[in-house]
Amino acid sequence: MALGCLHEVAGGGNGAVDGAAAACFVAGIAARTQGKVLWCVAQQDLFAPGLEQAGLPPDRVIHVEAGDDKSVLACMEEGLRHGGLGAVVADIARLPMTASRRLHLAAKESGTIGLALRRWRRQAEASDFGQPTAAMTRWRISVLPSRPLPVPGVGRARWLIELIRARAGESLDIELEACDGSGHLGLPADMADRPAAAEGRRHSAAS
Amino acid sequence: MTAVDATAQALGLRVGMPVTKAQALVPGLVIEPADPKADAESLERLALWVLQRIAPIVAVDPPDGIVIDSTGADHLHGGDAAMLDALIGRLTLSGVSARAAIADTWGAAHALARYGSNPVLIAMPGASIDMLAPLPLEALRLSPAIPAGLRDLGFSRIGDLIGQPRAPLTLRFGPELSRRLDQALGNSAEPIEPLRPEDMIEARRSFAEPIAAAETIARYIGKLVATLCEALEVRGLGVRRLDLLCHRIDSRVETVRIGLARPVRDPQRLTRLLCDKIETIDPGLGIEIMTLTATLAEPMTERQAVSHLIEAPEPDLSGLIDTLANRVGARAIYRFAPVASDVPERSVCRIPALAEETGAGWPDHWPRPSRLLPRPEPIETMALLPDHPPNWISWRGVRRRVRRADGPERVFGEWWKRDAELVAVRDYFRIEDDAGERFWIFRAGDGEDVATGSHRWFLHGVFG
Repeated sequence: MALGCLHEVAGGGNGAVDGAAAACFVAGIAARTQGKVLWCVAQQDLFAPGLEQAGLPPDRVIHVEAGDDKSVLACMEEGLRHGGLGAVVADIARLPMTASRRLHLAAKESGTIGLALRRWRRQAEASDFGQPTAAMTRWRISVLPSRPLPVPGVGRARWLIELIRARAGESLDIELEACDGSGHLGLPADMADRPAAAEGRRHSAAS
Repeated sequence: MTAVDATAQALGLRVGMPVTKAQALVPGLVIEPADPKADAESLERLALWVLQRIAPIVAVDPPDGIVIDSTGADHLHGGDAAMLDALIGRLTLSGVSARAAIADTWGAAHALARYGSNPVLIAMPGASIDMLAPLPLEALRLSPAIPAGLRDLGFSRIGDLIGQPRAPLTLRFGPELSRRLDQALGNSAEPIEPLRPEDMIEARRSFAEPIAAAETIARYIGKLVATLCEALEVRGLGVRRLDLLCHRIDSRVETVRIGLARPVRDPQRLTRLLCDKIETIDPGLGIEIMTLTATLAEPMTERQAVSHLIEAPEPDLSGLIDTLANRVGARAIYRFAPVASDVPERSVCRIPALAEETGAGWPDHWPRPSRLLPRPEPIETMALLPDHPPNWISWRGVRRRVRRADGPERVFGEWWKRDAELVAVRDYFRIEDDAGERFWIFRAGDGEDVATGSHRWFLHGVFG
């Protein structure tokens, strides 16, 4: 994902409402940048131990609880313009074209990566994700059943990661294992066994 | 006797009682001579402390009060109620027991704080009359002879006076009664002359013609900041709180306060922070005087920028934090830090965004969700007691079959916090449904003993 650009991430299915997998995905990306991370939300419901397990320690994240969507956008833009941050993340429901273009330009000026975590109050509002924005890429993260274990229990989480839109690039979808403690995603073992099938799937998704 | 504390009151001592009588009542009583001058000085020190932390317009209301104009300051504290809570809490911590009230006028707030039923009172705008009506006449700040005279005439409460014709009362008691009544009801203005200690750095500008346009205000803000910064530089100080007071020609005062995380003396930054707030200034018919005060100034040490050939310098975030704090309030910007507690909602606390890095985290923990619900939501389940995860759960009207589960992770109540938690237990499970959605649920109670909890199930968080 290019630095100095705006990227959009949303959850698939119920994830559009709770935004849990998308938050982990974004935390993993932000964890691999240098410097502090500004995370703007309207109402706080992030759980810091969970973010730490996705690779983002509490010392690196400055949280802003802005109260409403408009202030969230303003705070995100302020953070992107500053230039001293590693990444700026914001939980937003509505992202109009004008606002996204402002954010993208602010990111471009300073070279900070902007991550708009799209999250809606109701499932029905999630159709908003199809509206055009100035974002460089648009991702959708859906949860999948975890890796089977030989014993009862829940294995490492798996996600279906869809790159729905990329400016001047091809889209793809891929099944990956969720972020580990350093923010890195894993390639599932059963998938690595069948590269040809995975390859075929990628091309079908591009159409 | 001029003052008694709670213990003395319990012993039957009252203000106004002769000392000899008190000594007869309580043998071995310790009596300090009253020192009104020292009292006034310490009240002024307290007012200064409030000025630096709470609001830009603060004055002493002798002999025992402080009056605060909370307009334009409450947003920094997150609303009126939060501001009062913080103020009372910090006063209590330093050993001052205080009563506080917020009302439309100085007079009403004075009366409600001293004679109101609650120690902390907030009167809704326009509701002051109803709240004042049942209070005794002394609440009106009258000279002592007047309430006694009024009581002879059959008036006992403020409510009795409100509807009365003023002329006969004025004839008998002088203009003071009407004036105080009007001031309490908001019919006549009572400006608060703000406390300004002598050594406070201030820049002031009066205009021959009143100004009102936003651009003009911005230009003069720039000039005032430049003057102020020069004065600060002479003394080697930087500002932490900056107050802009705009005196309008109708003798109202518009205030803007900005707070800074670290001492700052950079004119550009200060000007920008102040100019962000211009839209909150209502110039009315025009502004005739603008004053800029460095309410809280701290010594500023110039630090040499570390220049490494290899490492990039650490970027300075205090400017960004200040801008955001003045936009959404200082409480809304924070970092999370760990607290040694196994109860999930107590395991994090909020610390200032620019606090020292602790390096601490939540190491070696079981998996934790990335989103925690504000409060656990009850769910319906079918589960085998005592220690099996549920077969299915029903949350927000959707029934999900549990395919895989991990647990239980037992969290014990913290008996040192509340007595009720002495035996309380929560058993946490991490479950995954058919579609792969992962939730964090718990059962209140250990599954066997009813004393440990209600045995109802709750959903507490969502895993990514």
